[in-house]
Amino acid sequence: MSVNSGFVERINTKSLHRNAGDTFKRKAIPYAYISPTLLLILVLMIVPIAMVIGYSFVDRAVTETPSRFTWLDNYAALFTDGVYVEAIGNTFAFTIVSMVVHMALGMAFALILNTKSLSKVTKAIFRVVYILPWMFTAAIIAVMWKLILNPSGIVNYFLEAAGLISKKVEWLGSVNTAMFSVMLMNIWCGYPFYLVSLLAGLQGISEDLYEAATVDGANGIHKFLHITIPQLLPIIVSIAMMDFIWTMQTFGLVWMTTGGGPLHVTEMISTYTYKLAFTRYKFPLASASAVILLLFCTCLSLVYVKIQRARD
Amino acid sequence: MKPRGIRGVIHKIPILVALLLGAMFAGFPIVWVLSGAFKSNFDIFNYPPRLITQNFSFDTFKVILTDPAKVRYFINSYLVSFVVTILTLLVALLTAFSFSRYRFKLKVPLNMFIVSTQALPPITLLIPYFGLIVAVSLYNTYLALILTYMVFTLPYAILLLTGYLNTLPKELDEAAKIDGASSFKVLWRILVPIATPGIASIGIYTFMQVWNEYLFALTLTRTNDMRTVPVGIMLLMGSQTYKWNEMMGMSVLGSLPVLILLLFFQRYYISGMTAGSVKR
Repeated sequence: MSVNSGFVERINTKSLHRNAGDTFKRKAIPYAYISPTLLLILVLMIVPIAMVIGYSFVDRAVTETPSRFTWLDNYAALFTDGVYVEAIGNTFAFTIVSMVVHMALGMAFALILNTKSLSKVTKAIFRVVYILPWMFTAAIIAVMWKLILNPSGIVNYFLEAAGLISKKVEWLGSVNTAMFSVMLMNIWCGYPFYLVSLLAGLQGISEDLYEAATVDGANGIHKFLHITIPQLLPIIVSIAMMDFIWTMQTFGLVWMTTGGGPLHVTEMISTYTYKLAFTRYKFPLASASAVILLLFCTCLSLVYVKIQRARD
Repeated sequence: MKPRGIRGVIHKIPILVALLLGAMFAGFPIVWVLSGAFKSNFDIFNYPPRLITQNFSFDTFKVILTDPAKVRYFINSYLVSFVVTILTLLVALLTAFSFSRYRFKLKVPLNMFIVSTQALPPITLLIPYFGLIVAVSLYNTYLALILTYMVFTLPYAILLLTGYLNTLPKELDEAAKIDGASSFKVLWRILVPIATPGIASIGIYTFMQVWNEYLFALTLTRTNDMRTVPVGIMLLMGSQTYKWNEMMGMSVLGSLPVLILLLFFQRYYISGMTAGSVKR
């Protein structure tokens, strides 16, 4: 933030010799430039957040005129709703498993792409292939996995041919496999974010560190644990936090494949909120649920901002 | 790479195996969808599965591109994505200029606020947006999508553009200022031309964010002529009979713009997407 101090000081010293109106004008300039953003933030963020919080404390909202303030009734209703509690559990299970596997895969692929024994062209080609899953919108990912996980689809074909299953598995339709399947989809499309971030980090680690360790007789695992991991730690922490926040908000992928079912085993906070609002029209309950999700995400982002500031 | 003989090759085998397994995991679902787009609907689940059937044809694409309803999805997606990208870049540029070149009281708290808005769950905003948009009669219009998308594209664009403008030397605009240029002229005539690569990469990222959006497009539009590609694909999924080949064809056409951008601007793309985590 100090980079522009020279310029600002010049303005300030100049303005000392000018009249008050001119000073005001100079002070107003930066605000004039940010005013469109401020307006958008106010209308599209502050006001809506206030509204949704307001909705969560009344008995009727959005499509009906509110009649009375009901304190925490909507929140109490949610926490006594077994499905909602299950959805919170599912959301955290989904998020944590996705995050851990994203990290493992992203790290593994980044290490492979960072080895010196591969030619530049090979690395460039495989890097594109590895990043591809990141490019698709949730609707396309959903179609893709519905195709390959279809009971008569190719995954079952290979498993059957290999003798691993005797009858066709309903990957997305069965209570036992639905959660695993949505996790798999989310893992597939989410690891590239880790891959590119970690690869950029790996390329920034000084070669000297590894050479010094080699001289001291360290093996590959030692080097990974004592050089690579500590050097990448800031990146690891920040991408994991961002991924956690985003994955908690996952909606489209689940909505378009299982819709939260079967029997709510893949119900997430987001899908349940959507159902409350747009299929059952219980907007106050949906708002309370949306506020709960907002609270989770805000807490995480406060931690994130704190970590970022500590780094600087 | 210099050839290192047999020993070098053997040493490489485990890495190559891992490399190929990874590529299979990442690439196979994509290849399978691509092949599905060239099959007839009956051949999709043929036993044994084949990558290319004897009925290989471009018919699916013909069907999609001659169906006005489906073409409309693409027109809507392109239109909304372009408009949001342009508006986002304009507004973000002004704000980034202010953040990068001035010092003012609200700067640090506002910057922090913008960073933290990236954590806002879309579903939380969706409920009040629905109420607001219905109240101001914008339901089922382009404007509803354009305005609401700005909320998600703007924070990232501002942060990235501020970072980018900070890397440009201040001497440039100082010199122009001394020559009597207004601050707007400094931005428009001096900074924008040299910042074009950065602006382009942020534009690409914004375009992709909008192109891929699903939740708002689903909820804030109602009629078929206002739907975007992701919603269009989902509507195909919900229809009575699964036209798998058409879903595959739509998916291929729907991911083309983003894939083309990735292939041609890979470097920009990746730096844009990771800037938030790797740098600041």
